[in-house]
Amino acid sequence: MRLTCPLCGERDLREFTYRGAALTRPEGETWGDDWHDYIHLRDNPAGENREYWAHSTGCAAVLLVTRDTRTHEVLGSALAKGGGA
Amino acid sequence: MRFSGLRVLKEGLTGNRGWGPHWRDPAPKPAYDIVIIGGGGHGLATAFYLAKEHGLRNVAVLEKGYLGGGNVGRNTTIVRANYFLPGNSEFYSHSLKLWEGLEQELNYNVMHSQRGIINLFHSDGQRDAAARRGNAMINQGDDAELLDRDGVRRLLPYLDYDQGRFPIYGGLYHRRGGTARHDAVAWGFARGASDRGVDLIQNCEVTGIDVEGGQVTGVQTSRGAIRARKVAIVTAGRSGQVAAMAGMRLPIESHILQAFVTEGLKPVLDNVVTFGMGHFYISQSDKGGLVFGGDLDMYPSYAQRGNLPTAEHVMEAGMALMPMIGKARVLRSWGGIMDMTPDGSPIIDRTDIGGLYLDCGWCYGGFKAVPGSGYALAHLLATDRPHDSATGFRLDRFRDGVGLMDEEGTGAQHNTH
Ligand SMILES: Cc1cc2nc3c(=O)[nH]c(=O)nc-3n(C[C@H](O)[C@H](O)[C@H](O)COP(=O)(O)OP(=O)(O)OC[C@H]3O[C@@H](n4cnc5c(N)ncnc54)[C@H](O)[C@@H]3O)c2cc1C
Ligand SMILES: [Zn+2]
Repeated sequence: MRLTCPLCGERDLREFTYRGAALTRPEGETWGDDWHDYIHLRDNPAGENREYWAHSTGCAAVLLVTRDTRTHEVLGSALAKGGGA
Repeated sequence: MRFSGLRVLKEGLTGNRGWGPHWRDPAPKPAYDIVIIGGGGHGLATAFYLAKEHGLRNVAVLEKGYLGGGNVGRNTTIVRANYFLPGNSEFYSHSLKLWEGLEQELNYNVMHSQRGIINLFHSDGQRDAAARRGNAMINQGDDAELLDRDGVRRLLPYLDYDQGRFPIYGGLYHRRGGTARHDAVAWGFARGASDRGVDLIQNCEVTGIDVEGGQVTGVQTSRGAIRARKVAIVTAGRSGQVAAMAGMRLPIESHILQAFVTEGLKPVLDNVVTFGMGHFYISQSDKGGLVFGGDLDMYPSYAQRGNLPTAEHVMEAGMALMPMIGKARVLRSWGGIMDMTPDGSPIIDRTDIGGLYLDCGWCYGGFKAVPGSGYALAHLLATDRPHDSATGFRLDRFRDGVGLMDEEGTGAQHNTH
């Protein structure tokens, strides 16, 4: 598996760290089902997954990657909102 | 058919013509009292204990592939009871006791070998943690011994004790830990369940779960609809998808774990050795192959194969710990889909849907749990109360935060275990 960083180009998997499913963070500050949902529950799809990866030993940018979890095929990657180094 | 020394002798002298299939191959009936989805170790053990302990025989196990073709046949077979936290501790202790009587109970040679496990440590702080864990194990009624460096050296003379990064300070020795023949465990439970009247139905993929008025009524499968009063989801890495058929989302992400085996060698490694700091563990199978592995690849995957960086990392850790391993040639590597929970501990529980039960979240440690989990889930299915050994495995602990079991102390969040 290789990932493409929009800033550095296509790079080896070793340079990246998986940072979790790309989900929308709840607005409120108090614990409730929305936070339980966000932190714990997952669609966990066998197929297309939207996820964050950090280019940790490269430019440190956080990427939003779309990837097929059945084949590891990378379908797209872009800078995550606010994720530029 | 019962196995015995006499029988083996007789068959050996008569051309081995008397052995038959180990389980029946029935067509699915239109309805059962209990349907178990998933014919892995946990599903088969559940069926066995339902019949044996509770007299419930109108039970079917539905397996989409063949029995034992999932993780139960892909793991590195380590069996141990060296957990630390209440909830896990009593469960794995109970499971190991079931292991110790399993071959007699099943009349099946699962090659359970209590060859001892040594968890290495590499600093004073880690020694303290190992001593604390050992005390917890002893308090639970299991065995643990703290070995110093010389004690480890006597058992494992071939390790590199002075490697610069992680010099070996000692190890926590769990004598009753060891390995077993994974396929035989699935086959033994399958035969025991089938003999007691449970229908094991292979090539039968569950494609839907029928729920009416908040109550489960049956399942849709590739071999037709099957009604059931109770349904248990016991599908390991596929738990999320099967639960989604009932409209549920689970606290589970499916990840890939790889393992490796070398060509067969003469006996060189008597025990199981774990090198946590390097993310490496190893044992030698009875066929002679060195069986070893490390950490997850650390991204969600259903591919059943991993990537090279993790393979490389595992090999490097192996070389750092025991340089002699460099002479062995790797024969095969493979991967399995792990049902990872946020706290790294499992779930055996009812759901909000009446008659629907869940047994999942075994992460990379569910082989040793096979008898204990089958026993506990059978108890829950039969009595609607959790078994004493498994009261901590609640699904709702993530919602209410009560009783999270984060053995590694890395936080009860995904991607930390
Ligand atoms: C490389 C590796 C090493 C491991 N090492 C160890 C170890 O040393 N010690 C240890 O304790 N644990 C270990 N494990 C973990 C252990 O193997 C698992 O936790 C355990 O086997 C999971 O339970 P199971 O046996 O029931 O799963 P499985 O055998 O995977 O059973 C689940 C079954 O459900 C079936 N299924 C899925 N979806 C459907 C459907 N829709 N309809 C019908 N059937 C379905 C699957 O085909 C499968 O057969 C390891 C795992 C791996 C991959
Ligand atoms: Zn970059």
